Amino acid sequence: MNMPGPEPLVTYTIGGIESGPPCCEPVPHLRIANLSIAYGSATVLDNMSLDIYKGCITALIGPSGCGKTSFLTALNRLTDLIPGAKVGGSVQFEGIDVLDPNVDLLVLRRRIGMIFQKPNPFPLSIRRNLELPLREHGIRHRDVLEYKIETALREVGLWEEVRDRLDSPALALSGGQQQRLCIARALVLEPEVLLMDEPCSALDPISSGVVEELIQRLCGRLTVIIVTHNLAQARRIANYAAFLWMKESVGKLIEFGQCRNLFEAPKHELTSAYVSGATG
Amino acid sequence: MHTLSDRAFTLSIWGAAALGAAAFLWLLGDLAWHGMAHLSWSFLVSEPLNAGRSGGIAPILVSTLLILAVALAAAIPLGLGAAIWLAEYTRRSGALGRSIRLSLDVLAGIPSIVFGLFGNAFFCVFLGLGFSILSGGLTLACMILPIFIRTSEAGLSAVSDDWRHNAAALGMTRASVLWHVLLPAAAPAVICGLMLGIGRATAETAALIFTSGYVDRMPESLSDSGRALAVHIYDLSMNVTGGDSAAYASALVLIVLIVFINTGALALSDRWLTRRITAT
Repeated sequence: MNMPGPEPLVTYTIGGIESGPPCCEPVPHLRIANLSIAYGSATVLDNMSLDIYKGCITALIGPSGCGKTSFLTALNRLTDLIPGAKVGGSVQFEGIDVLDPNVDLLVLRRRIGMIFQKPNPFPLSIRRNLELPLREHGIRHRDVLEYKIETALREVGLWEEVRDRLDSPALALSGGQQQRLCIARALVLEPEVLLMDEPCSALDPISSGVVEELIQRLCGRLTVIIVTHNLAQARRIANYAAFLWMKESVGKLIEFGQCRNLFEAPKHELTSAYVSGATG
Repeated sequence: MHTLSDRAFTLSIWGAAALGAAAFLWLLGDLAWHGMAHLSWSFLVSEPLNAGRSGGIAPILVSTLLILAVALAAAIPLGLGAAIWLAEYTRRSGALGRSIRLSLDVLAGIPSIVFGLFGNAFFCVFLGLGFSILSGGLTLACMILPIFIRTSEAGLSAVSDDWRHNAAALGMTRASVLWHVLLPAAAPAVICGLMLGIGRATAETAALIFTSGYVDRMPESLSDSGRALAVHIYDLSMNVTGGDSAAYASALVLIVLIVFINTGALALSDRWLTRRITAT
C-alpha cells in the first residue's frame, strides 16, 4: 500500500476530546457517487455520495432500517444475491467500477472482505474454515497454507487459543472466538477493504472489546467500514463517521466527516439530536 | 382438573407411541415366529426349488441387490442435481420451480402399479430393455426420485443463508460453496430421503413384476430378468400353495436387509459428517 507509515493509533474516548489527527492523509479509496438501493419498489437508500478514505476506519451510524447494511452489501455486490435488489449510481474502487455487471466478483470480493453481524464460521474445522477460501483463490501449497493460516490467526489473537485444536470444529468456539475466526477468515485473503456489519452486536462486552481492539489494530493497513449501533464504540474507534437517517422510510446520508467533528460539532440538527441521544 | 387432563394427555401420547412400536414388534415377532424355522444359512445361499417351497433365495437376494444398485445409481445423481437446481438455482417462488415441485409431489403419490406399467411401456418395450434388472432398477429410480428430490431440496433450503452470503463474500464460487458447505450441512436430509427411497424400493412389488419380471434363476447380467424379494414373497404367499413358511422366512430376510441398509447408511453418514462438517 502506498501510504505514509502508520500513524500512532488515535483512540477516541467518551467525553470531551479537543482534537486528534485523522488517521492518515485522506486518500479516497472508495468513491461512492449517487448510490441508490431499492428492493423491488421500496427504495432503502437514496442518492448517497461520499469518499471512503484509505487506511481509515469509517463508521456508519444511524437508526435501524436506514440502509447501512444495504450500503455495505452494495460495495462487495452481495446485493446480487438478493432477489429484486437494484443498485444505482457509481462506486469506484482503485479504478474498478464496482457496479459494472462484468466486474469479476470473485476478485472484487477477495479485495473487499466482509464480516457479518452474527459470527458464522462454516460447520467445518477451524483449519478448514481458513483453508477453504485460500484454496478457492488458488493457494494450494501446504507450507503456504499453514503459514497464512497461522499469520491470520495470530493477527486476530486466536492462535494461542486454538493452536492445539486446529482440527476441532469451529462451531465449538465461543461467540467471540467465532467472530475473530470470521475476521481471520476474511483477513487470510489479504483484502484491502473490510466491511463490518455490526461485528460486535452479538458478542458479550469482553469479547466485544477484544474485537474492537483488533479493528483498531487494522487501522492504517486496511480500509475499514463499520456499521455500528454502539455510538460509544463508533466514537472510540472510527476516524470518520457517516450519519444516516430515514426520511419518509428512505435512507439518506445526513452528515459525513471526521468522527470527532460529527460527535462534538455536528453540522446538522438531526445528527446533533441522534448523537446526544435525543432521537433514534 | 388441570392435572387430570394433563395426565390424560400424557397417557394418550404414550399410548400412541406404544401402539406404533407394538404394531412393528408384533409384525416382526410374527415373522420371526413363523420364519425362523425355515431360515438357515443354506436358505440364504442356495437356489429355490419346487417354485420356492424348498431350497433358498440366493438368486433372489442377488437380483434384489442388483435392482437396488441400479435404482440408486440412477436416482442419486439425478435426484441430487434436481434438488440442487430447485433449491439453489431457481427462485423459490418462480413459476417453473413451483410447477416442477407440484409435479414431483403428484408423482410421489402415484400408485406403484402405474409406475410398473409405465416402466414396462417405456424401459422394457420402447427402449427395448425387455424384462430385466436394468428395467426394474430404472423404474424404481423413477419411483424414488420424487421423494428423494423433495427431501434433499428441503434439506438444502433449510441451510442458513448466512453461509451462502459468507461464502460469497469470501469470493467462493457457487459450486464450491455447495460442495464444501451446503451439501455436508444438508447431508442428514439427503440421507433421510435416500433411506425413504431405499425402503420404498426394496419393498416394491407392483412396479417390478412388469419390469424386472419373476424369473428366479441367478441373473448373469443386468439385462437378465431377476426376481426381487418382495415379488418372491408375493408369489409364495399368493400363488404357491405350501409356500407360506418360505414366504415368512423371505419376509424376515427382507426386513433384516432394510434394517441393515438403514443402519449402514446412518453410520456412513455419521462418519462422513464427523469428518467433513463436525457439528457442535
